[in-house]
Amino acid sequence: MPEETLLKVSHIDVFHGSFQALWDVSLEIKPGEIVAIIGANGSGKSTLLDAISGLVHPAKGSIEFEGKNISALEPFRIVDLGISQVPEGRMVFPDLTVLENLVIGSYNHKARSKREQNLQRAYQLFPVLKERKNQLAKTLSGGEQQMLALGRGLMSDPKLILIDEMSLGLAPILVNEMYRILREIRDRGITILFVEQNVRRSLTEADRAYIMEVGRVVLSGDVAKLREEEKVKKAYFGT
Amino acid sequence: MTLLNELATPVVMGILLGGLYAVIALGLSLVFGVIKEINIAHGDLVILGSYFGYVAMTVFGIDPILSLIIGMPILFGIGFVIQKYLLNRAFKISMDATLIIAFGLSLILQNTYQLIWTPMARGLTTSYALESFSAGPVHVPLIYLLDFVAAVLVMLFIHQFLKRTYLGRAIRAAAQDRKTAHLMGINTDRVYAYTFAISMALAAVAGVFLGLTFSFTPISGMSFLIIALGVVVLGGMGSIVGTFVGGIAFGLAQTLGGYFFGVAAQMLVAYVMVLVVLAVIPRGIFGR
Repeated sequence: MPEETLLKVSHIDVFHGSFQALWDVSLEIKPGEIVAIIGANGSGKSTLLDAISGLVHPAKGSIEFEGKNISALEPFRIVDLGISQVPEGRMVFPDLTVLENLVIGSYNHKARSKREQNLQRAYQLFPVLKERKNQLAKTLSGGEQQMLALGRGLMSDPKLILIDEMSLGLAPILVNEMYRILREIRDRGITILFVEQNVRRSLTEADRAYIMEVGRVVLSGDVAKLREEEKVKKAYFGT
Repeated sequence: MTLLNELATPVVMGILLGGLYAVIALGLSLVFGVIKEINIAHGDLVILGSYFGYVAMTVFGIDPILSLIIGMPILFGIGFVIQKYLLNRAFKISMDATLIIAFGLSLILQNTYQLIWTPMARGLTTSYALESFSAGPVHVPLIYLLDFVAAVLVMLFIHQFLKRTYLGRAIRAAAQDRKTAHLMGINTDRVYAYTFAISMALAAVAGVFLGLTFSFTPISGMSFLIIALGVVVLGGMGSIVGTFVGGIAFGLAQTLGGYFFGVAAQMLVAYVMVLVVLAVIPRGIFGR
């Protein structure tokens, strides 16, 4: 059981029009892991998440989730299967209330029956969302909006959650809190793939990491090993 | 005092008429707010509702308002098909393509109406459509009051639907952020088809009450489209409250314009107001 693969991305190429954003990218995630994708702006991290979510489709290669090829599926089918994405920049629905944002997260039919249960889980993880449930999402602070985006992502009852640049623009103390919650989410049985620009942070929080440069995976492995890699040290830690 | 007494009727008429305008505009506003399509054919689809009521009344002897029980689901279905198989596909090419297709649809509908019902003006003449009521200095046709009651009911229903149902929330979410709506597991193509379908069911209601209030011809759709665009500009695209207030503002401008400047100038006054609002608050009174 522990060695089975939850998500397997094999040699995908993704284009935005005539621009190639991903080149021969492969990645594997096992159930219960926290995996990081690290790279600078424009390295293709977000495109990789969008390809997994079905917002863009790979021109070559395949994406398998629990052994099923999902690379040509529409985004809403992929949410049904149990993959949820928390997009970069939070992207809460500004003119919906906090509660409405959470409820819309449980739109897919499988999640609707578990709505109350998942709502309680979101409130447990983020008590502030319960306090503010009747406020419009646009009136929340940046940190609260990030919590709402994460809480909403959990409402679809996912097996795998993809999180894009969670700590962007948040105060350090809030970043610590978000990572603590991330571990709690994993402890509740949800596998996590997150994208980060902060290399040092990612290499302590994740189990494994993939390092991307201009659309390619250049390094991958256990974070302990990656921290010792000469190339990583030179490029990212300046030693 | 006499001026106030004399003004009472045009003011009340304007407000009540505004309710009808709001119902005519609501479908247009909804489709623009959610799908970002400007449905040039909306006026003609409203007139389709009028002809549906006309057939129900003259052929089957059913009261036009009662006939909506059948008319609304039929137009709902037609709307679903138009968006799903025509406009959703055009939408993926470009926004201009949807505009051109809607324009073509408008021409096809107008000519079809001419073929079936001739260019002659028709009306839904029922016994209650001819009655009027008086309260103090106010004298208005009874049908204007029915228009307004229908408008309030329709607005309340749509408001509650958008707020309380999964589909309603999905429609609002897709209107605010299409990409994130995808990530929530919302099939936006389907949500758009339902939105257009609802807009058509609203056109059925608007068409029947329009036919009870005014006479209509195969080409009346264009003038009501322009009124609806004016209402939506006044109130702000995609807002229900805004559409309601915009409708009343338009109705008042028309009746008061008619009172002060003569019936010939009443529409001019209304459109000048639309232009002024467009110049001063381009987003409309309740626009975001």
